Amino acid sequence: MLSSTGHPFIFLLPVLAVVIFWVMAKFEPKQVGVTKKSFFERNGTPVAIYLIVAVVFWALFMIVLPQLFMVEMSFRPKLPPVEMGGPKDLYTFQNYHYFIYGSTTSSDAINWVHIKAFFLTILASLLVALFNFALCYPLAYYMAQSARPARVRFLLLLLIAPYWVNEILRAFAFRIIFSSGGLINKMLLGAGFVDQPIDFIGIDIALYAGLGYAYMLMMIFSLYNAIETLDHAQIEAARDLGAPWWHIHSFIVIPFAKPGIASGCTLVFMLSAGSLAAPLVLGGPRSLWFTPILYDRFFQAFNWPQGAAYAFILLLACVSFVLLVLRLGRLSLGEIAK
Amino acid sequence: MSSKTVMNVMLAFYMAIFFGFLFGPLIVMGISAFNTSTYPQVYPIEGLTLTWFDKLLNDRDMVYGMKNSLWIGMWVVLLSVPLGLAAAMMMSQIYSKARSFYYVIVVSPVLTPGVIIGISTVVFWRDLTTATNSKFLYDGVFLAVLGQSSFISAYCMLMFMSRLNRFDRAQEEAGLDLGASQTQVFFHILLPFLRPAIFSSAVLAFLSSFENYNTTTFAILADKTLTTVLAGRVRQGTTPAISALAVLIIAVTIVGAIIYELVKRREDRERQARLDAAHAAELRELESIEKATLHA
Repeated sequence: MLSSTGHPFIFLLPVLAVVIFWVMAKFEPKQVGVTKKSFFERNGTPVAIYLIVAVVFWALFMIVLPQLFMVEMSFRPKLPPVEMGGPKDLYTFQNYHYFIYGSTTSSDAINWVHIKAFFLTILASLLVALFNFALCYPLAYYMAQSARPARVRFLLLLLIAPYWVNEILRAFAFRIIFSSGGLINKMLLGAGFVDQPIDFIGIDIALYAGLGYAYMLMMIFSLYNAIETLDHAQIEAARDLGAPWWHIHSFIVIPFAKPGIASGCTLVFMLSAGSLAAPLVLGGPRSLWFTPILYDRFFQAFNWPQGAAYAFILLLACVSFVLLVLRLGRLSLGEIAK
Repeated sequence: MSSKTVMNVMLAFYMAIFFGFLFGPLIVMGISAFNTSTYPQVYPIEGLTLTWFDKLLNDRDMVYGMKNSLWIGMWVVLLSVPLGLAAAMMMSQIYSKARSFYYVIVVSPVLTPGVIIGISTVVFWRDLTTATNSKFLYDGVFLAVLGQSSFISAYCMLMFMSRLNRFDRAQEEAGLDLGASQTQVFFHILLPFLRPAIFSSAVLAFLSSFENYNTTTFAILADKTLTTVLAGRVRQGTTPAISALAVLIIAVTIVGAIIYELVKRREDRERQARLDAAHAAELRELESIEKATLHA
């Protein structure tokens, strides 16, 4: 199929969705005796126009259409600008084919480097999320259930403060600490534990530490918000009935805080898997991370359709993760996106 | 030792580790900004200096990037706050069968990796501006504002939604009964009620925009912001001038945090004062009614 037909079709999709819902709303059986005000009457004309224009612009031109265009582009071949829209511009799977099998000229049957980087990214992001959960849970529990309000306020301020320093600088701080002439190596050498500096950056320790650090706040807040709403009387009751502390956590607090745990883990996973700053700054020369590969598709290979395909693969991975978490926790999206 | 003391010791130990992890890197970076050594290091201190700050302020790319970041941040605030508000107000009014669909769409940018938002924004606007012959819109700053606002608006929306949940519809009805138009209700009742949320979402929007890298690095095209200049510098090699920048940002944010806290406290006090005044007025009225009934 010629890909010049793609764009008008994509523009029609959202319009179609709106029309379908509008028609459904029109034919909705009206309740007898209830006079419902129209949207314009309820908001006043100027405000109603503002609402419609703003929401349509945001939802369509900033969210839906860009994503659809990106997906569409991922099915196009890489062509010089002159030939775009020409007879060679046919939809193709070659960009996805490349992700799995590599270029046709390479000797390997399968594109191991990219596939390995992809799965390593997913696995490492998962571990980062779990590590963050383990690290943040005690503090979140303490803030939500045990601490006095004044102290909670103070702790929240302390927690937020480092996040106003941008991500690149935070990654840079880890570079200073972990590099071969950095603080930790100096200390280890000074104490005589090692004879040679350990290459923390080369073995990706710095990267994982930096990622864990970068998104701690998301985890803390998700957990804190969820645990805070738990009535302390429930914990007291369990304690009075003789439940040991680990029973209280595994049978009362954690089941109650499930939506918060799910949202924290989803956010941390998504942010790590999509993180570009930390791998660029903290990645060693042989580090495998998916986003820098994606970045290079655009800025070194100048192959935008292939970059779009890689971006879509990453997006699919994130969407599947969200769906999996929702399914495992029997939650709705509204519960975790708060 | 009682189990209570054991618990407290463990808690203190855990807190020390946690906050050590949180602040350690920043402190290390902060100290390295003042050390004369050309490689950013904390130990040994070879001498104290302010040359790195001087170097930083004479770095033309950094200063240019900083100005660009501030400019973009301002536009992001001006765009995301109204968009977030509109989306939040729409949530309760949209046709009920379309609501969950609408919710998924407007919340999706929060759960989409920033790189993907950046890429899709560039791809879409490149094609759109080519097709409509408006290439002047294919501009780094413009795209960065749009790309960042796409998810920052969602943050703002979530903040407005939680505030709107506490809005008492009776206030709106009272306004209408007293003869206000819908538009007047919006400007004189709803917006003042939302003021704290507007304030905090504007702060959040600016900060998220200022520190964003993942979306911006794609959307900015050939232009620069502070974070993209920084990323380039950090990749080239490490110099204490970058630490100096971090020290400056930390200093500014501490001042900002204090101002934010003060403003919040003043608002709390004012609200308390208004509540007290209303309460006092009510008491006076009750007293006068009592007196009147006694006289009668």
